[in-house]
Amino acid sequence: MKYRLLCPLVLFSLTAGPALRAAAQDEHEIEITRAGGAKLIPISLDGYNGEVLLALKFDLEIQGFDVTGSDRAQYLVSGGNNSDVTGQLTDRVSKSTLLSVRYTGATPRSEAHTLSDAIVEKITGRKGIARTKIAFKVESGQKSEIYVTDYDGHNAVAVTQDQTITRDPAWAPGRRMLYYTSYKASNPDIYVHDLQSGTRHAFARYPGLNTGAAPSPDGRRVALVLSKGGSPDIYICDADTTNLKQLTKTKEAESSPCWSPDGRWLCYSSRELGRSALFLVSADGSSKRRLATDGAINCTEPDWSPDGKTIVFTANMGGFQICVVPALGGSATPLVAGEDPSWAPNSRTVIFTRNRVKGKGVVSLLDVPTKQTKDIQQISGSCSQPAWAK
Amino acid sequence: MNQTKLFNLFVIVLALTLGIVGCRPKPKGPTPIPGMTGTPRGTNDMFGVGPGPGPTLPADQNPRTNPNPIPEGGVPLTRFDPGAMNQDRDRFAANTVYFDFDRATIKPSETSKIDDVVRYLQANPTHAVQIEGHCDERGTEQYNLSLGERRALAVREYLVTAGIQPERVFTISYGETKPAVQGHNEAAWSKNRRGVFVLLTPK
Repeated sequence: MKYRLLCPLVLFSLTAGPALRAAAQDEHEIEITRAGGAKLIPISLDGYNGEVLLALKFDLEIQGFDVTGSDRAQYLVSGGNNSDVTGQLTDRVSKSTLLSVRYTGATPRSEAHTLSDAIVEKITGRKGIARTKIAFKVESGQKSEIYVTDYDGHNAVAVTQDQTITRDPAWAPGRRMLYYTSYKASNPDIYVHDLQSGTRHAFARYPGLNTGAAPSPDGRRVALVLSKGGSPDIYICDADTTNLKQLTKTKEAESSPCWSPDGRWLCYSSRELGRSALFLVSADGSSKRRLATDGAINCTEPDWSPDGKTIVFTANMGGFQICVVPALGGSATPLVAGEDPSWAPNSRTVIFTRNRVKGKGVVSLLDVPTKQTKDIQQISGSCSQPAWAK
Repeated sequence: MNQTKLFNLFVIVLALTLGIVGCRPKPKGPTPIPGMTGTPRGTNDMFGVGPGPGPTLPADQNPRTNPNPIPEGGVPLTRFDPGAMNQDRDRFAANTVYFDFDRATIKPSETSKIDDVVRYLQANPTHAVQIEGHCDERGTEQYNLSLGERRALAVREYLVTAGIQPERVFTISYGETKPAVQGHNEAAWSKNRRGVFVLLTPK
């Protein structure tokens, strides 16, 4: 199966400001096969046990590999984890050794992640995701708190203990600052939390709704949803809260702003046309237009891939569907039942929520080209709104 | 209540009269609401508390049918200070406003419940309300937070249109986090798509 990617022309046009519409008309798509296509890459793991084996298997299986026997594998990994984690990666056909490593000084789990990242990068050329971080909401009754964990749900740390509704986590670049919404002061307000020092301060405490914080890719600005003017609208401001600017002015509900990786565009959801749809607007408030998502309706929660090519979002068509659409609009491709998608730094893996409406949300990973999914290690409670640190 | 109406009418007539000669009177609005922490703004409308430029009611328009039209972008909000007001969830328990799926428009079946609240607030000028906006579970979480706010604001706009000062009407959206009824069917959902009035009285 082939995977559709937009040609470089599209990337160029994303940086071309008001030329967006003109460029979109010239858009043509090329089809290329991703490394490995949508087929799983067979790989074998020999000599590992326990937590290290499980971690390696998890890491590889969610990044397009099929962990199988050495007789059927294209790549062989042999090594061990008796003290240090070691690994030797061999191409079974050419018999050449691609990698020979020994990791020391960290936890076995962390060393396993380091090894899987090295294997993924060596074989596919993509950076591995095994040492990335995520944040998500854990709900218990009518209260919820924010947690930060490894990308697979391990090493969970509770960021908040607000004993109220705390939700909508969003990372500033660099894994250190986390924005979220908390009802701590009896109103939905946005806070920014320094995970290194453990301190936080109120970021937006305007009258009415303060939510949906989305730091720009360079961290200098923040998009947010405020209702202080009398209706929920999209605003942006600087990271020091100054220069607040209103980007939309409708009487309908806007939600979920996200940024293009070059920081020039925002994508968000609006009911402006009578039902939820995705819109693009430039960061200076001009050139607003609807993003075509052919085949998908009731579209919310967009997230723009770090490579700029694809927007992932939730469609509601008698049930939530994770869909992708080219960043300039076009045919939407439904991938899997779920909601709240957030891209990994590799622009390939997506983290999302499944099963929430049935009462207990489960955070899950999706390898977009192969549609493989894996639930992360779960925390007691209903988990949702995952956000991937980039 | 009648006194309040008469007073409002008087202020309107005064505002219109002074508007004609291009003079903007320092308003004599109702007693300020305790707990109101919003920034003071150019108060030149008929109630002395509204946003933006003063009213420009045509002479032939009956102010009682539409005394306070809603501007295109909505009526700016005021921040609620929970420390300054007592909250009473029971007084308007029977006045909860229900909405259609994915909608934030007030249905004709719901207006009499809001009219009750209007009459109460007209009779009790130092009291205020907070409107909670709620959703059923069928929208996505971030969308539902905006939709809940939109619902609360729709009720607020109804109150303001009926003549209640915007500063006496606060909103808060809970999205789908506080369902009235547990369940995953229309019977539960229809009870969860709602606007709830909480009466606020001075401490």
